[in-house]
Amino acid sequence: MSDMQDYNSSLGDANSRKFETFSYLPAMNADQIRAQIEYIVSKGWNPSIEHTEPQNAGGSYWYMWKLPMFGETDVDAILNECEACKKAHPGNHVRLLGLDNFAQCAGASMVIFRGEAV
Amino acid sequence: MAKKYDAGVKEYRETYWMPEYTPLESDILACFKITPQPGVPREEVAAAVAAESSTGTWTTVWTDLLTDLDHYKGRAYAIEDVPGDDTCFYAFVAYPIDLFEEGSVVNVLTSLVGNVFGFKALRALRLEDIRFPLAYVMTCNGPPQGIQVERDIMNKYGRPMLGCTIKPKLGLSAKNYGRACYEGLRGGLDFTKDDENVNSQPFMRWKHRFDFVMEAILKAEAETGERKGHYLNVTAPTSDEMMKRAEYAKEIGAPIIMHDFLTGGFSANTQLAQWCQDNGMLLHIHRAMHAVLDRNPHHGIHFRVLTKCLRLSGGDHLHSGTVVGKLEGDRDATLGWIDIMRDSFVPEDRSRGIFFDQDWGSMPGVIPVASGGIHVWHMPALVSIFGDDSVLQFGGGTLGHPWGNAAGAAANRVAVEACVEARNMGRELEKEGKDILTTAAKSSPELAAAMETWKEIKFEFDTVDKLDVSHK
Repeated sequence: MSDMQDYNSSLGDANSRKFETFSYLPAMNADQIRAQIEYIVSKGWNPSIEHTEPQNAGGSYWYMWKLPMFGETDVDAILNECEACKKAHPGNHVRLLGLDNFAQCAGASMVIFRGEAV
Repeated sequence: MAKKYDAGVKEYRETYWMPEYTPLESDILACFKITPQPGVPREEVAAAVAAESSTGTWTTVWTDLLTDLDHYKGRAYAIEDVPGDDTCFYAFVAYPIDLFEEGSVVNVLTSLVGNVFGFKALRALRLEDIRFPLAYVMTCNGPPQGIQVERDIMNKYGRPMLGCTIKPKLGLSAKNYGRACYEGLRGGLDFTKDDENVNSQPFMRWKHRFDFVMEAILKAEAETGERKGHYLNVTAPTSDEMMKRAEYAKEIGAPIIMHDFLTGGFSANTQLAQWCQDNGMLLHIHRAMHAVLDRNPHHGIHFRVLTKCLRLSGGDHLHSGTVVGKLEGDRDATLGWIDIMRDSFVPEDRSRGIFFDQDWGSMPGVIPVASGGIHVWHMPALVSIFGDDSVLQFGGGTLGHPWGNAAGAAANRVAVEACVEARNMGRELEKEGKDILTTAAKSSPELAAAMETWKEIKFEFDTVDKLDVSHK
């Protein structure tokens, strides 16, 4: 039993709160974020940025950062918008979505900048 | 010119063998694999199958002349060799759409796989595929919600969802059962699942189970901040009882319920699916009894047919086989019926055992569920084979973790996310899987322990039911 580990998660510990896809991996670095943006562009999806206070992350609707970047394929331009959103809302989760207008559903959705746990 | 009545027995092929017939867009088409009794000509047997599965009987009857049999009869219109097997052949039969009640897979199956399967002129008979014309598809209700709606309800995007069937299959009390669910959900699973034979036995009545499991879901949601569900099995001895359980699941706020479509029956399934659509509930479908029907290569109903029937009858999830786990399933054939579940148009492709184009129009898709004998080492292959629109379900592969369900769940969640991230970066999962998992395990002791536990286990028996694609 000595090498058995406890699963460290509780209602009282804000660090237990997850935020869906990729939230069980370590936070992404700049190269990893760029690679995921390239993936969204390669699929022909429309990049979209949303953010929220971490305590309100559970709902379907986060705050949209401007409008979805319809037809935008410039990875640097998309990355710059992500950074701008983070700068304007430093304590918030910032997530990047790839909106698939044919499926009428997000093909990708991931928090790329993690807000403070609360 | 009206026909005259001529009593007696005619050869079937005089009426039902029509090689010159061009099927209509609105016809229901079927491909049967027929193993005839020795000495019976192929055309005669094919015509007999067309007759016995539509309007015909063994002798001419005077009442045939009160209707327009040439309009209603099934027509055998083509015969083909089966690659690699001289004991049988394919027969293609076209049925006019007017033969079938609208929106009733019950009625279609009662004709196509009814008495004809016991017909003496046949040694064996297998229904390989059905083409449902779009005109018929449009009369069926189909999946209650569909793939995109499920993603929006559950807030899961850009990755396969994760599930776990609670074990032991039978014998747990409701409170202990809820504990097993809670541990899996708080560890990172999206769903837990009732085993198919968990209904409402004396050791755990359904209502206690529903109440404890719902408490588990709510606490895991509060703890993780993510949306969770458990497939509450409402399969019951009567459809009234089934509906009672479904209503209660809705009342306590459960997002998803479950039904066994073959043992419960298509009539009950169609009723439940319609109710789920009307009540905003997701419907998980288990397929107990399917192997009785679909495993023998010469007799029965192929699983791709059962898949099409389920999509018409209604369900949001359907077990598909895993390709890599402990249960039967040829890879190309499995990929074929996964397309049948999810896509809006599936072209004929004999290399995957698909005999007809199938147009689903705007009918929503069904999410394939890979379940049975899989563990973290299978994750790269599963993500590669199934893609995002799937549920990967690890029972023993979650609960058998040496540190318990929460750690087992976390291991699988880290593994699936690592595989999706790597795939999105252009890496080849089936080649680089070991490296991807090993790297991910550096920041997840739960994954490292799981990889150590299951490193030796493989399931490498050859499949019994292979595609008929090459001469032996």
